[in-house]
Amino acid sequence: MAFKVLMPRLSDTMEEGKIIKWEKKEGDRVEKGDVLAEVETDKANLEMEAYSSGILRKIILKEGVSAPVGDLIAIIGEKDEDISDIVKEGKEKPAKEEEKKEEPKEKEPEKAEAAPKPTEEEKKEEKEEMKEKEKKEEPKKEERKRIFISPLAKKIAEEGGLDISTIEGSGPEGRIIKKDVLSTISKAKEIKPEIKEKIEEYREEPLSTIRKTIAKRLTLSKGPVPHFYVTAEIDMERAIYFRNSLKTLKKEIPVSFNDILIKASAIALEKFPQINASYRTDKIIYYNVIHIGIAVALEDGLITPVIRNVEKKTLFEVAKESKELIEKAKEKKLKPEEYTGATFTISNMGMYDVENFSAIINPPEGAILAVGSIIKRPVVIEDKIEIRNRMKVTISCDHRIVDGVVAAQFLQELKIDLEKPIGIVL
Amino acid sequence: MEKFDLIIIGSGPGGYVAAIRASQLGLKTAVVEEDKLGGVCLNWGCIPTKALIKNAEVLDLFKKGKQFGISYDNLSFDFGSAVKRSRKVALKLSKGVEYLFKKNKITLFPGHATLNSSNRVKVEKDGKLVNELEAKNIILATGSRPKSVPGIKIDGEKVITSTEAMVLEEVPKSLIIVGAGAIGIEFAYIYNSYGSEVTVIEMLENILPIEDKEITEQLRSSFIKRGVKIYTGSKVAETRIEGKNIKLKMSSKKEVKDIVGEKILVAIGRDPNIENLGLEDLKVDTDNGFIKVNKNYETNIKGLFAIGDVIGAPLLAHAASEEGIAAVEYIAKGKEAGLDLNNMPSCTYCQPQVASIGLTEDKAREKGFDIDIGRFPFRANGKAQALEEMEGMVKIIVEKKYGEILGAHILGSEATEMIAEIGVAKRLESTVEELATTVHAHPTLSEVVGEASLDALGRVIHI
Repeated sequence: MAFKVLMPRLSDTMEEGKIIKWEKKEGDRVEKGDVLAEVETDKANLEMEAYSSGILRKIILKEGVSAPVGDLIAIIGEKDEDISDIVKEGKEKPAKEEEKKEEPKEKEPEKAEAAPKPTEEEKKEEKEEMKEKEKKEEPKKEERKRIFISPLAKKIAEEGGLDISTIEGSGPEGRIIKKDVLSTISKAKEIKPEIKEKIEEYREEPLSTIRKTIAKRLTLSKGPVPHFYVTAEIDMERAIYFRNSLKTLKKEIPVSFNDILIKASAIALEKFPQINASYRTDKIIYYNVIHIGIAVALEDGLITPVIRNVEKKTLFEVAKESKELIEKAKEKKLKPEEYTGATFTISNMGMYDVENFSAIINPPEGAILAVGSIIKRPVVIEDKIEIRNRMKVTISCDHRIVDGVVAAQFLQELKIDLEKPIGIVL
Repeated sequence: MEKFDLIIIGSGPGGYVAAIRASQLGLKTAVVEEDKLGGVCLNWGCIPTKALIKNAEVLDLFKKGKQFGISYDNLSFDFGSAVKRSRKVALKLSKGVEYLFKKNKITLFPGHATLNSSNRVKVEKDGKLVNELEAKNIILATGSRPKSVPGIKIDGEKVITSTEAMVLEEVPKSLIIVGAGAIGIEFAYIYNSYGSEVTVIEMLENILPIEDKEITEQLRSSFIKRGVKIYTGSKVAETRIEGKNIKLKMSSKKEVKDIVGEKILVAIGRDPNIENLGLEDLKVDTDNGFIKVNKNYETNIKGLFAIGDVIGAPLLAHAASEEGIAAVEYIAKGKEAGLDLNNMPSCTYCQPQVASIGLTEDKAREKGFDIDIGRFPFRANGKAQALEEMEGMVKIIVEKKYGEILGAHILGSEATEMIAEIGVAKRLESTVEELATTVHAHPTLSEVVGEASLDALGRVIHI
């Protein structure tokens, strides 16, 4: 039985993928779960696993070439099996099938998954295979492992957001039973408390009538997310001095202005939680955690790695993490959990000599901070004109949840934090 | 000295089932039995009483004949034949066990077994040593016997136990039953049907105290309607023979009372058979008289196992069989089974029958579960109407969040057969949703299980 290898959807937004490298050659033996190839997606370079075992008979999509999700890219089969029909099919690609492929896209779950998921086509194919198998009664291994799980265990796993393929079953013949799910959940809690935090660490507040009206009217006036912008100019003299002294203090972790901004923003966000929030049709979600996304420019686009729980981290921790994440982003090695889930974003164009700009909010976040370059300017200080290093920042806010005054107050706070940066390390 | 892989002492439903499983797994197995094969269950318990109950049911049906337009003159019956039939059934099944032993090449040693050491057994018959056996593993499956009440002497004549009660030559005019567990209640049903004046006295507040209260309250009213007198929360003190009768002093919070009857049946529970086995010398740990075992049914002595009534609750034949299989699989394959007592059904064969599995409503609440309860009466079921068997209900206890089936309780004419469906559902960890959406054939009594499940989900159809 030959199995088609199709371009998998490796992230929620992926529409096509490029083969960077085939890890297996034609004629190689492949086991289910082996890495077949490295695939470049819109977000990162990810490994593609084989989901059936056999011989890699034919590579259809060559290295360096892209193909849409669901396209035939290789064939796995028996050693001497005739695969000419499938190869032909891959070349012809009737337009009808293309249409079909569009459908499942909408149904894809929101969460990004690292493992390849079968498309509707494959599922159909599997069914047919099963039928044939039954006919011939071949004692051959199933292409995809069927997961045996009790209805009760399944319900609990679904509620707990567990991927049942990761649970080990202790019931008859390895069937997953309630006990297994409960122990997996409790283990997950022990190892990764943040999983639970992610779910619970916010509070919801129903929309007041006035907020509903504001939301409705402003959306009518300006797109689905009604933006407004507030700009402030911040004196960066002390921040520069502060950064230089930190540099001598800990050479191994160079702190950037961006890191200082991240930490300062977190302090300001803690004081103005209205900005660390998200609009939903009937409520506002206020996050109790501060996950800050930092926009990183790539040659062909933009990605925002996320520093989680900035409120709990020291400046040095933030600096270390942002450095690592930015490097990963540039190498396209970010994992989905490293570029999703931000509650606030900072877009810093300081290095491009821009005076000021306004950024577009990355929904469902409630605000984004656009940061310009530090520029020397004449400033009046105590009735004297002085040359000072100044930086302009502009916050874009979702007017459905935040009003201008709050945005202004947030900027005031940010200004204080940056002009007297000692608070950042305290 | 004969050597075996496994010696099993006792051939009741625990011992003989364990022996068959052991033989299936390739163990050279010996069984020592001092009485008839099949133990209390086949010879003096489950089986002969079911035969007597069937007789009582047939008699009841005759009494109900008019409802079906069937009439007769001079209905007469003979209790002696009922007893005879029950003995025949018991004998047949005991012979059946003998056949199974031969088929599975299990060696039977008739006689009394005593442990010489943790791996040696001597077999005696009429006080004479007949065999000495050795095995790496030994399973004690010696069962239990009726328990006596302090202060009331069991003489086998006026004061009897279940053993005598199933072979009485005549139906006593009046019978006082002390203890309203399954045994007491079944005999109350039998003798009430056969025309005896039956009084049941129970120390606890409810009859069938381990069952769900709502169910047993319904059963109690049904019994009272049939003419059975029931006193709960009542203690018995002393007896005195008064001519042909015997007088029993009974006291409750409300009153102190004398009850007079022809016989007293003591059915307050069972004591484990742990004496004269050599357990004291081996220093086998016991707890309240019952042998203590770990989850693989091994005692504190390595290689010495115990199963069934001798290790305590639940004192049920099917529990003993399952424990026997689990112990043998551990011995032969090192497989740790561990039985789930929550999936152990419990049945009482009076009419209407009582069957249950899992937690009662009270227990579920006590354990802090947030529960939904589904109920459906047989009265609202077509088949029950057609059969004129409208008594009782199905009650299902469901955990609210995930729909786990925590317990199920059935009162009704075929309750003991119907509980199996819920046993499968629980074993497979089905939720109430699966039970509710299982198609139950129409018209059947089992539709009531489906309807009760739907009721737990707030979607009941026929009520």
